Amino acid sequence: MSAAPLAVEVEVALTPGIPRPKSAGPSTVGAPTIEKETRAEEALDLPWHVVVHNDPVNLMSYVTMVFQRVFGYPRDKAERHMLEVHHKGRSILWSGMRERAELYVQQLHGYLLLATIERVS
Amino acid sequence: MEIHRRKNQIEISELDPFLAELLRQIPASAKTEGAPAAEQRIFSLPVNGKETELCAEWKMYVEPELRRLFQTATQTVGADLEQLNGNEKSLANRTLRIPTKHADAWLSALNQARLVIAAKNNFTETELNDHLHSPIGSRRDLSLFQVNFYGFLQEFILRELDC
Repeated sequence: MSAAPLAVEVEVALTPGIPRPKSAGPSTVGAPTIEKETRAEEALDLPWHVVVHNDPVNLMSYVTMVFQRVFGYPRDKAERHMLEVHHKGRSILWSGMRERAELYVQQLHGYLLLATIERVS
Repeated sequence: MEIHRRKNQIEISELDPFLAELLRQIPASAKTEGAPAAEQRIFSLPVNGKETELCAEWKMYVEPELRRLFQTATQTVGADLEQLNGNEKSLANRTLRIPTKHADAWLSALNQARLVIAAKNNFTETELNDHLHSPIGSRRDLSLFQVNFYGFLQEFILRELDC
């Protein structure tokens, strides 16, 4: 049995004070240039995956609890990820900026889960 | 052996000397010294690829933090386990009371011990899933029993945390 592929949460970096291009109304000073700069920043920061790998020792209930605690996921979502790890050998738990991905992996290692960060190819 | 939740503690009663001894061995079993496979598993790298710079930083900054974290957990568990000390020759059953505020430390220490034992013995997934394996006829069998016994305790603590 294999679990259904899971959607990946991608966190988009917002630069404070700079409006998103989509919400740009009638022309204001320099708006198109700002849009390009924002994209350039995102290209530097994004994206990295937080991947959890299968481990025959860790209990399924324990792994579910860790996903709930670290990512704040509701139980059903945490269980779906746990089952994906169990059946497919790995699951992408989160995607976003590298710094935060490293922090998540550190937390997961604190719970003794096998976790890595991966650059999205 | 009986295990119950009583107010703010988890009580493990009717512990026979054998199981009491297995519990006493949790902190020692969690140690990775002299076992490269266990060390590698407990302090796994954050990347699979060639991010050598990240690995070096991880070793320098994150790993010491993790060591402290794991050591604090085993020390808390070790202090709780002092309840089982006493007359070493006594064959009487014992009772262990674990404050629920120590539940996370117990989960961590039990997990450390299970992972280290499994890594040292190189247990296969099939062996680990064979919960009906018996009897204990070798040191390897005893280690497998230890992993399963600690897993049972983990499950109980997790269930109590869920309530």
